[in-house]
Amino acid sequence: MATLIDRRGPSRRAVLAGIGAAGALMVSGAAVLNPREAWGMEVSALKPETMRTLIVMARDVYPHDRIPDRYYAIAMKPYEADAAKDPALKALVEDGVITLDTLSKAKYGVAYADVGWEDQRVAVLREIEDSAFFQKVRGGLVVGLYNQEEVWPIFGYEGASADKGGYIDRGFNDIAWL
Amino acid sequence: MSAPFDLNDDSVVVVVGSGAGGGTLGTELALKGIKVVILEAGQRHNMEDFVNNEWESFSQLAWTDMRTTSGSWRVHKNFPNLPAWIVKAVGGSSVHWAGASLRLQEHEFKTRTTYGDLDGANLLDWPITLAELEPWYAKAEDRMGVTRTNGIPGLPGNNNFKVFEAGAKKVGYKEVSTGRMAINSEPRADRGSCQQIGFCFQGCKSGAKWSTLIAEIPRGEATGNLEVRPQSMVQKIEHDASGKVTAVVYVDKDGKTQRQKARIVAVAGNSIESPRLLLNSASNMFPDGLANSSGQVGRNYMRHMTGSVYAIFEKPVHMYRGTTMAGIVRDEAVNDTKRGFAGGYEMETLSIGVPFMAAFLDPGGWGRPFASAMDGYVNMAGLWIVGEDMPQETNRVTLNTDVKDQYGLPVANVHFDDHPNDVAMRNHAYAQGAAIYDSVGATRTLPTPPYPSTHNLGTNRMSAKARDGVVNKHGQSHDIPNLFIADGSQFTTGGAENPTLTIVALALRQADFIAGEMTRKTI
Repeated sequence: MATLIDRRGPSRRAVLAGIGAAGALMVSGAAVLNPREAWGMEVSALKPETMRTLIVMARDVYPHDRIPDRYYAIAMKPYEADAAKDPALKALVEDGVITLDTLSKAKYGVAYADVGWEDQRVAVLREIEDSAFFQKVRGGLVVGLYNQEEVWPIFGYEGASADKGGYIDRGFNDIAWL
Repeated sequence: MSAPFDLNDDSVVVVVGSGAGGGTLGTELALKGIKVVILEAGQRHNMEDFVNNEWESFSQLAWTDMRTTSGSWRVHKNFPNLPAWIVKAVGGSSVHWAGASLRLQEHEFKTRTTYGDLDGANLLDWPITLAELEPWYAKAEDRMGVTRTNGIPGLPGNNNFKVFEAGAKKVGYKEVSTGRMAINSEPRADRGSCQQIGFCFQGCKSGAKWSTLIAEIPRGEATGNLEVRPQSMVQKIEHDASGKVTAVVYVDKDGKTQRQKARIVAVAGNSIESPRLLLNSASNMFPDGLANSSGQVGRNYMRHMTGSVYAIFEKPVHMYRGTTMAGIVRDEAVNDTKRGFAGGYEMETLSIGVPFMAAFLDPGGWGRPFASAMDGYVNMAGLWIVGEDMPQETNRVTLNTDVKDQYGLPVANVHFDDHPNDVAMRNHAYAQGAAIYDSVGATRTLPTPPYPSTHNLGTNRMSAKARDGVVNKHGQSHDIPNLFIADGSQFTTGGAENPTLTIVALALRQADFIAGEMTRKTI
């Protein structure tokens, strides 16, 4: 996997704009890959570049620096299956990403995922935050990201407790700093 | 003849809904030897089936049948089809409630007299007083096992309470405790004590929390006088030529339409479904809906002035561990108009997990300001504010004839605008809540908007005069003597207190009244 690279390579303008938000996320064939985290996601209904942009956008919407890309990717993955069944949704997502890239190129000369700074990308998102595309992605993400049990420990949330006997003997009143 | 009862048995009392009101009324009548059929729209779960996972539990328990909203409240924007977070299951929202069990204060039964004629507020004194209700409050507290009554000790304070208590005392509040909770602090009434699970809203898996599902209905059923029919969605109440109700039409679990005859019907479907049912039961004799000669059915919808304050500290709190709402400051519950508003509010500890915090902290919010607050989750403490909101005629449950439910009936539309008094009270409460946490070192406080309503009140209100409301002091409709309301929709005004104890007290009182009238054969 480490030998797979984005064949397009970064444009000169993208280099000038910075390293690019996509970071370790790259597109190869029909897949989005993250060699650093050692995962890949194949897509067919959506373009791989679209999925990569969605993952970047997801992190920009709910930026948690301690959450790896894979959980944002998991949150975005349902759009692939849904787009395969729902042409209207597919159009909403593909067109939404085209809009993001168009706005980014006008502002910064590069596609959305290649813009270097989060606040620059957020400025683009602010322009579309009332759109159906943005609301769809954000609305799905608020459940799709935060309802993954695997991310709860990152927030210090312990999840189900009844199966462990509750917290009566496990620290319900253990605060010591007050 | 004992339960199950025949559809043509016209001697039964039919109760629509099995929550705090309907479940208690049905059980109490059964204990008195009266035959009762409870029709419940939702399924019946056992407490072992409850799930310690917020969204999964929401799917299991919440009422998600279509509803619509309108008005300037933020719920309309963020949750347009979820005006209320309440339960569709046997036990109703007593499965989901947090357990806070407070009596209304004396002046809260006399708001028109006490607060005067506030612009835009449709205030009215209750037709009963605190003194009249006290014996039933006492009975309800004993029955529900409310802590700090009947010699029952208070619950131990969890981490969230300890932060709240320390801050409240620093600010100078005096009435600070783990509150009066219908959650066993020690084994009582064949139920064990609280295991500090932290999922009170998702249905208590230990049975320490009172609900009609586990603490009332089984007692009623044991008499042979109570039959509960789950997955029975009532469509219409029928009446005869004399105007008395005679039967209830419902769709059963197999999708078949059934008609249960009845001597008496008591509606307890909560403040959204109860007025909807009365309105959907309109007939030639009652073209504006049953019990609606006053035009007040569906009006004066109240949801309590609410909001939350979460605060982030330098060090961990783990607020989610333990009882969700065992913590209260009562000092602000008084009526002190020097604060710039009529009525008062309680502050109560509250915790939600990461999934619901993401959904409710700042609905629609995103970006670093939102995400960095979420990053502070483990260091968060939280409180809920619950205060008296003003009844307004225009805050209203109506039928939305453009939108039909799965049975083809018009859905409820819930319209709500804050009254200026509500806004002033909320702003005061946000500031006081933040002060509590600031005093013990909060680095950031988060004034959080009201969630979809959990306290739905007032849409079939009690009144002394028939022209001012829907039911009399016994919850009996002014228009139809054998039609009763047994839920929070009969509240004339909302008070500052969590409503369940009052709903239960009213249901117990109503059961005595109904039994007496049946004996006297007046209904």
